[in-house]
Formats: sequence, structure tokens, C-alpha cells
Amino acid sequence: MKHSANSRRFFIKTSALAGVGLVIGLPKLQGEALKSITKNLPPEFINLEINPFIIIRTDGSITLINPRPDMGQGSMQAAPSLLAEELEVSLEKVTIIQSDGQSKYGSQQSGGSSTVRGLWYPLRKAGAAAKEMLIQVAASRWATSTDLCFAKDATIYLKNSDKSFSYGELAEDAAKLPVPKNPKLKNPADFTLLGKYNKRLDIPSKVTGKAVFGIDIEVPGMVYACIQHSPTIHASIITVDDTQSLLVKGVEKVIRCKRTMPHRQSDAVAVVASTWWAAQKGRSLLNVKWDDGQLALTQTTDAYFQKAYNAAKKEGVRHEEKGDFLAKFNSASAKLEAVYETPFLAHAPIEPECAVVHYKEDGTAEIWAHVQGPDGGLADAARFLGIDQDKIKFHVPLLGGSFGRKAYHDYLSEACFLAKELKKPVKVLWTREDDITQGPYRPGMLSRVQGMVSNGKLTGFHHHAIGESIVGQVFNGLKPDEADPWLSGELSTENNQYQFPVSKVSWTHVKTDIPIVWWRSVYASNFGWGQECFIDELAHLAGKDPLEARLAILKDERFRKVLETLAEKANWKEKLPAGKGKGLAIFASFGSISACCITVSTSGKGIIIEKAVSVIDCGHYVNPDNVVAQTQGNIVMGISAAIKDGITFSNGKCDQTNYHEYQVLRMNETPEMEVHIIQSGAEPGGVGEPGLPPVAPALGNAIFAATGIRLRRLPIDISSIS
Amino acid sequence: MAAYQLQINGKKINAEAAADMPLLWVIRDIVGLKGTKYGCGIAQCGACTIHIDGSPVRSCQIPISTLSKKAKITTIEGIGEIELHAIQEAWIEEQVPQCGYCQSGQIMSAVALLKENPQPTDEEIVASMNGNLCRCGTYSRIHNGIKKAAIALKEGTTSPSNNK
Repeated sequence: MKHSANSRRFFIKTSALAGVGLVIGLPKLQGEALKSITKNLPPEFINLEINPFIIIRTDGSITLINPRPDMGQGSMQAAPSLLAEELEVSLEKVTIIQSDGQSKYGSQQSGGSSTVRGLWYPLRKAGAAAKEMLIQVAASRWATSTDLCFAKDATIYLKNSDKSFSYGELAEDAAKLPVPKNPKLKNPADFTLLGKYNKRLDIPSKVTGKAVFGIDIEVPGMVYACIQHSPTIHASIITVDDTQSLLVKGVEKVIRCKRTMPHRQSDAVAVVASTWWAAQKGRSLLNVKWDDGQLALTQTTDAYFQKAYNAAKKEGVRHEEKGDFLAKFNSASAKLEAVYETPFLAHAPIEPECAVVHYKEDGTAEIWAHVQGPDGGLADAARFLGIDQDKIKFHVPLLGGSFGRKAYHDYLSEACFLAKELKKPVKVLWTREDDITQGPYRPGMLSRVQGMVSNGKLTGFHHHAIGESIVGQVFNGLKPDEADPWLSGELSTENNQYQFPVSKVSWTHVKTDIPIVWWRSVYASNFGWGQECFIDELAHLAGKDPLEARLAILKDERFRKVLETLAEKANWKEKLPAGKGKGLAIFASFGSISACCITVSTSGKGIIIEKAVSVIDCGHYVNPDNVVAQTQGNIVMGISAAIKDGITFSNGKCDQTNYHEYQVLRMNETPEMEVHIIQSGAEPGGVGEPGLPPVAPALGNAIFAATGIRLRRLPIDISSIS
Repeated sequence: MAAYQLQINGKKINAEAAADMPLLWVIRDIVGLKGTKYGCGIAQCGACTIHIDGSPVRSCQIPISTLSKKAKITTIEGIGEIELHAIQEAWIEEQVPQCGYCQSGQIMSAVALLKENPQPTDEEIVASMNGNLCRCGTYSRIHNGIKKAAIALKEGTTSPSNNK
């Protein structure tokens, strides 16, 4: 967190006294300038910013800033809870607003399951510091020691007396004090908010249609743009025939524009109209001739996987090695090797990509975009518009799902480009077809795995990860002999804690022009499949129960507790009738450990997924029900990724266009679910993603247990297994 | 372009639109009611679900010119205006929404289900709700929410006007 812990600010907001309720921010004011403005203001309009996250008004009303956009994972409640616990205020009595990208809020990226664990200490310190400043003022007014004062429910009390001050009464003087650098934090045993069940306060607006998402933004004078991208994504325009488009009533203009991805730009054509419907109609009537170059041949998922399978026959770049794996493998008598495959996947959030940009005559801009991080959005918008960040006001509405997709700002770049051209507010809205066919996607990957067993124990494991790299493609930051840091962290023995006498992690970079990006749980979603299915294969080779085989090589207490709890809750030892099977998997990612057990049954034709039991150790957490909700969501998305067709490219184009071809799990395919949270009291780990990686391998292992069929390629067509 | 008179949530509303503009976009962009959502445009996701004469329909599939003049349209804004519907109460009780984007459509489908079939079985719930996608994976809570609302309506622990 970058905000200066030592600064103090008077931050005055004035209300336009016309009574519209519009609040305008003014820069920092001091001394006489401050007095001259404030003397005519009603006292309740004086807001006192204790630190960037806490604003207390003299009328006692409190505003907390949420720095991390909410895409359903609950940050709108979770982050302010960290402030509220230490500040001793109830969430029902504060106003929560979303941060706008300014650097004073530090990192505002929602992603990497990092919001609670990244802000656990910084926001708690901010709340505790503010409380100490308020106590100091009260103590000095009572001419007593701060030890005799305590905070509760937005009030400072003097012990053994009936004296108290509300925060509003203290705020003006508190803001004059230096901010304590090391405020005392509460003992978790004394938490009244954190770790407790609380209703999410954003939910009522989501059941009445009042919640405002990126797609809902309306700005006076706004026009709409529907953009024709190249079907092969990277083709260049030869000609554009817009005659039919311009005849559509409401269409104002057809403009060539660019889709700016992080690593490259592609040609596109925008149809601008007074209504969205007219814009997309105009776009459907465009006749664009594209130069696809070689993309029809090179940009196919078949070509990509062929390269990957070839790489699986060779050695990769070594990332980690314990002992001489190859020598031990070659001399082992009981060994296996296999290749596991995962497909490309779309995020397909129900709300497609959208941004509204207004580039104004005075050279400033105002933006409304549902990005995962307004600081990143602000930085990119400044580049796209060619103006300084402090000239841009960036609003983040709610995200109607994202799972990684909305952190990729191509749709924002298009809105910025058009805003500069048109000089009026413009909304760029992607259709569902744009969302599915243009990516970016989770990359398909291969796990080439080798392992051996001896005397009933797993004695070696080599995980050779093969495929495209996010660091390589998106950030152009991968050195030739370097393993992508995002994936090597997932596969290392330090991460999985399996105690193999010899082990190896290696990697081969296979490139593709198909755009990729992080998808929920990133590479853990690919490599959980290979790792945990192959551990199962080795367990069976060793003649051991898959649970026992894992426990025999796991010493870490937290991992063992997760597995043992899963075994108990999922009744692992239960004797099952023929045709029924259970499979389990455990995977550590984003600072947490999660395991899943799936039960399947078959009557000869097709598999039914009966039940999924998940266990998660995420250390300290904010709201147990939200941990359950996120893990339920991960089970659903994990099963969807395992059994539904992925994204394929033929002749340079995406084969799937909408939800009828790119199918996602529905209610009738969702099994009975149970989620159990381990009360480890460890440092907080992630919650948004860790529940996903063990789901697919648990399913694969369950299918093996029920049918004896070992599957190594996703997706699994569960209707055809017999 | 033509002028249409619509009945939305009990009010008469005039809207000027192209004949082929789907009701979804008339509701959102001409009338300005944003609660009904766009998700796919091909009736696969259910985010655009509204009621016409109390029955759930996909508003993305109804060109405005094909709408009957007598059609009574209900959107999410028309549900629970005075007192929250039992479904909405149950959604809060069960903490159903995560991102919340699909939930207007889910609620419209659920309200219509309970009106038609006040005590649905598990299978009937799934059959009725299966057309509504949720990418955040709230299906089990939706299912429980409907059961809870059905019980509340049966036991009269919610207002009788609630199951309109």
C-alpha cells in the first residue's frame, strides 16, 4: 500500500448549494483559505479525511472507501470490514464507496485472490490508526490518559463514567494529529465482525434490479459503438464497405479503429449510432474485406496442440530439480508416464465487456468502466488518451462477473480511441459473440508427467508443463530459458508439499497468436488436472488407496488436516456399490489449500455427478458464508471446465460463437455440494480461486474409481462414458 | 421508427423505436429501466427475462412491433415495489447473489414459477429455472431460495399480495 502513513490532510468537500446533491472535490486547503471557505458552510458538509480510506463528517456520518472492485467475490463488503473492525464501527451505519483509481489508495487490482490477504494488515492498520487518533482527542479533552478511553460503535467512551464523544465530535481535531505509524491491532479472539457471519449489504440492490453494472451506465449526450473485429482476431483491413450500415436509421458514423491488446494492436471498424440496437444493426451490415495472412493455417488449436505434443517428447527447460530424477526414473522398475491435456476456455461472464469514455473539450476525461483494477485502468486510459492520469476521473461500476477477463483493457482502449474521435461520450459494448470469439482465453496446456513407486510408496514425480505463457504473450517478459513464474510457482514441491525423494519441474514454452490471459485460478486450473490425476495413477500403481498414498508423502500439518477433514466429511472410507466411485484431489494456490471429493455413479451409459465436497484452509477470513459461496462457485466453474467443450480455433477463427456452442454449467448439472472451512487461524489466504483446481481431478479420479477408465484429456463427455 | 404505447409495471409509457428493436433494448435504452439485462441475445442465458401477462419471456426475442397492444409487461422494477416479494426476501435470507448480474432474470423466472406452481418439487424447480445461466455458480442457493419462498407463501409468513 502506497499511501503515506505520516501525512495528514484536511480534505474539504463542498456541496453545490443548488441542492442537487453533487459533491465536488477541492484540493487540499490550509490556513486562511480553509477558514474563508468553511465559515459559510453548514458544519455537516465538512468532511475530514483521516486517511484515504476513512472519511468522518462532523455530523458523525462515516464513509469507507473500498479499493478493490467487486466482481461478485464480495470485496465491497470484505475490504471495508477490515477498516470497520479496527475502527469500531458497524457496517450498517457507514456508506461504502468504490475507489476511483487514484494512487493514494495503493494497489486496487481485484485478482490473484489477493484482496483480503493483501489488505489484511494495511486496512486494519488504517482503521486502528484512525481510532487511536480519535481516542487521543477525547483523552486530551477529558484531561485523562488514553488507557482510560475505549472505542465502541463509532463512539469514544471514558471508562467508569458516563462521558462519551461521537466520532463526529472528535473528527475535526483528530485530523490535525499525526497518524500513528504502528497502531495496535485487535487480537483475532476479540473480533466482532471479522470471521463472523454477516449479510452482504450489496445484496438487496441486486434483488431489485437497482445495482448498477458497467453496461448500465448512461451519460447525457452519449452515443453507442458496436465494433466489428477481425474474425481471425489479428487480420488487417483491406477494404470497408459501409454503404448499407450508413442507411440504418440512427447510425451516425462508421470509423476505423484499433483494438489495443497489451502486446499488439488489431484493426477494427466501429459503427457509431444513437442507440445500441442501431449500432449493432449497422455493424451486421458492414462488408469488410480482411487480409488474414497465414492465420487460417497457423492460428488453430490443432496446430498449437500438435506443437505441444511434440514438445512433450522432448526435454523442457528445467525449473526445479531434487536429486537426479531422470537417472532414478530410468532405473525404476515400477513407473508410469502420461500426458494430460486441458483446453482453451472462455471466461464468458454474463455481462459482456463495456466502457463509457467522455473526452472533454478542456482536455480532461471521465470514464466509467468495469475493470478489475481502476489504477490499472487509469494508467492504460492515460496512455490510450495521451493525457496525464490526474486529468482523468475513473469510475468503476459493479462487474457482472469477470474471472480475469475484465482486467484486460482492450474494450477500454476502443472506447478511448472513439471518444477522442467523436468528442462526445461513447459507450462501447461488446456482443456475446465478440466476447466468445475474440478472447482473450485461458490457454490450453499439457502436463507431461512421469513418476515411479516403490514398496507401496510414491518415490518420484516429474511435471513438465507445456504451453503458452501469460508473462510471455501478454507482457512480453519471458526470457527464453525462463519458466513462466505464474505457473512454476504452482507446480513446485514447495507449493504442493509432496515429499518425493526425487522430483523435477520443467517447462516448454509453446507460442500461439490466440490471445490468452489469466482465467479463474490461472495455471492452477490447468495443472491441478495433471498433477492430481497422475498422483492417483501412481497410487494405484503402488497398490495404495489414493488418500493413504498422499498422506504417506505429506508431512505439512495444514495439508494433512485438509485431507483428513475431507476424508471424514466425504465419508471416504464408505464401501460403495458397483458403478459408484469417489475421487479426491488437493491443490494449494493463492495462499490457501483446498481439496475436493466428488462422487459419481454410472448405470452403464453416461456418468452422473452426484455430490462434491470441498474443504478449504484459507487461514483467517472475513465472512464464512462468503467463503462457502466462493467455493460453491468454484465447484460449479470447475465442473463446467471439466465437462463442457472448450474453445477451439479452426481456419484461424473461433469455432464457438455464443452460449449455445460454448456451453456453461446449468442448474440441472450442478451436483449436491458441501463446503467445509478449516479454522486454522493462519495468515489469510485467497478465497476467490483456490477452490477450483482440485475439482476436475477429483472428477477424473472418481470416474476411474467407478469405471476403471482413466481419462487424461479435458473436456470429459460424461454422457458417453460406459 | 414508430411510436409504441407500452404498459410497463402498471404504467402507460410511450416509446419511439425501430420496428425490429427487441423489447429488451426498448426497455433498457428507450424507457430507461436498466434492471433487465443483456447476456447473449439468443435466448440462451435468461438474463433478459421479463413477464408478459404474468408469463416469463425472453425480451431479447420480442421485436417491439410484434408486441400486442394489450400486453402487460412486468420488469424486475415492478416486483416488490411496495413490499419485497417472497422470492426477493428469500434471496436476501439465503444470500443468493454474488455479482448479481443474472439475478433479475433468475428472480423473474422464479416469481413466475411460484405463481404458476406454488409448491414445486425439486425437479420442477430445476426444469423451470434451467434456462437461466449463472456464471458465478449460485444455482444451489437459487434452488434453496425458491423452496424457502414457497414455504413462506404457504405458511402465510409473507403478505398475501406477495404472490401476484
